[in-house]
Parts: sequence; structure tokens; C-alpha cells
Amino acid sequence: MHELSLCRAIAGVVKPHAAGRRVEVVRVQVGALRQVVPESLSFCWSLVRDHEDMPEAELELEFITAEVSCRGCGRQSPIASRFSVCCPQCDSADVAVVRGEEFLVTSVDVT
Amino acid sequence: MGRFHRHDDGTEHSHEHGDDAAHEHGDHSGYTTGSQRIEVLEAIFSENDIRAEVNRKSFDDNGIRALNLMSSPGSGKTTILAATLDELAGDLAVGVVEGDIATDLDAAKLGGRGAQISLLNTNNGFGGECHLDAPMVNRALAGLDLPALDLVIVENVGNLVCPAEFDVGEHAKAMVYSVTEGEDKPLKYPVMFRSVDLVLINKIDLVPHLDADVDTYIDHVRQVNQTATILAVSARTGEGMGAWFDWVRAFASAR
Repeated sequence: MHELSLCRAIAGVVKPHAAGRRVEVVRVQVGALRQVVPESLSFCWSLVRDHEDMPEAELELEFITAEVSCRGCGRQSPIASRFSVCCPQCDSADVAVVRGEEFLVTSVDVT
Repeated sequence: MGRFHRHDDGTEHSHEHGDDAAHEHGDHSGYTTGSQRIEVLEAIFSENDIRAEVNRKSFDDNGIRALNLMSSPGSGKTTILAATLDELAGDLAVGVVEGDIATDLDAAKLGGRGAQISLLNTNNGFGGECHLDAPMVNRALAGLDLPALDLVIVENVGNLVCPAEFDVGEHAKAMVYSVTEGEDKPLKYPVMFRSVDLVLINKIDLVPHLDADVDTYIDHVRQVNQTATILAVSARTGEGMGAWFDWVRAFASAR
């Protein structure tokens, strides 16, 4: 369900840029803190692209590792856990997310 | 279906391949033959976010504060909202945008409590949207007399995943998290728990009947959200609800 909505939003971003040209590749950057299931997104894309007049468009996902900056120990580190954004160095929960919330279309290939 | 591979720099990729795809992984130049690459760099939620700003401006222009209320299904959102409308009646003019995949059952429960209700069924998309987005809420606002209101509460579709992603133009997000859902939910659904300004831990009257420890629930919320206000309540008995009403009044008067 969620990924279907996301795919429709992706198509909505792509269409004005494609301006009627044939879309071959859509590149999407996904942060690790986004609740996006890659397999589900790819499957939903295969349904949505037909409805959106871009049946050949391949979806290419680039994943961004999450990083937090810790106010406790002052260090910036990638987080390994998918379940917590706590600082992996000192376990403090007082962190700012530096990377990992990206969800954008970076580029498209058209002919 | 997508395939995945890892690049030397540690990034992972997935892309779909036609049956006859013959290019090397990691060498993407094969894609661009005869095609033109267009830089986009546009947030996928940008259209929604633009529309959310339109809603926020409508609220601001009418001196309204707007709260997006989210939760899983069956957490007690509507019961809390009904008690809140009773409490605020005659004190604040409240409008409710009631989001539901189907039926008007919740809207009926909230009627007759002095608030304006605008029902928004979402079952006209791919079998029913699982969240409210900014354009949907914009349509529902037409059903409210905005100049007459002080506070709008958007009761989102019961779901711990999708509503967290969609700004609907609110000034704050709150969620209801009932003890019957289990203490692990903040860790399993961190995006929503991280996005909110307030968490109501509901159904605490049931704690004696469960293997539940409210402190553990609070600890788990804190693991993903350091700053949210956390209030333990029972909408059924009224325990703790006074602190929630105070929070709503302070929120509504902060315009």
C-alpha cells in the first residue's frame, strides 16, 4: 500500500521533467531511515509505470546509510541498527540525524 | 523486480532488468546510449509539501492551530477525541477532519459534541489510501467554516507507517499509542514515533491485566524521540486526561 503511494509520487515528480519523452531510467535516492521496502517499491513500480505512460522506465535505487551526530559525545557516526537512532559510540539518544532521511528523484534518462 | 548490488563506496543499488539486459553491474554507461540524462534532484514529497504549505497558510490566515493526530487502528484515537471535544466545548471552537478508509462510524461518534466535523473517506484510490495527504485535507477543509474556528484536529487513518510521511499542513503532530499494542512499537515504527511532538500512552487502565510496564513504553519512545511530550492516559477512566487537555489548550493558544 505504502509503496504504491510512493511510486505514484515518484511518477508525479518524473512526468514534468520527461515532458512527453520516453523514460528509460528513474534514479531514486532512499535514506535508511525511510520506511521503504525495496522489493515492494520495485514491484509496485512495475504496476504503476504502465498507468503513468512510462512502461519501459527502470527504477534504480541508491541507498544512503543513516548517520547521526551525537550531542552527548560530539561524534558523528553511521548507525548500524535499523531499530534505533541512538549513538553507536555512547548509546545516547540525544542525537541529530545527519543523513538517512533522503527520498528524492536524482535524475532520469529519457530518449 | 529489482536486483541489488553493492558498489565499492558502500552504496547499494537495485534496478530492474529486462530479460535481455546484458550490461555490467557497476557500469551504468550502458544505460545512457542514445538517451539523455536529466538532473532532477527533487524530493518525492515536494508536491505534497507545497500543498501542505497552502493548508498551513489557510490555517494561519484564519488564526487556527492545526494538529495531526495519528495512531495504529484501535488505539483509542476517536474515544480520546470525543472526550477532548466534550472538554473543549464552549471554550474553543474546534473543527475535525475525520479520515477513514470507509464508513462514517467515527464521524457519527464525534457528532453532537459542539465541533464541526468534515468526513474524508479515502476509498477512491487503489482500494483505499492508508493515510491522508495534503490535497485530501485541502478538500476536507471546504467542509469547515474556518473563520469561526480556533483549532482543527486532523484524525488521520489508523496506520503507523504512511501518515508519518505526509505533511498535511499541521502545526504539530500527536499520536496515540495504547499499551495493548506492545512495548516494541516505537522501535518497529521509528519514523512515526520520531515525527511526533506528543505521544499519548493510552489504555493504562488495562495495565493490571497485561504484562505491561509503562516505564518500558516510555523508554522505547525516548530511544527514537528525545523531545516529545509523553503523557500516560486512560480515555476510558479519564485518568491522566487533564494533562492532555492542558496540552491541547496551550497548543491552541500558541498562535
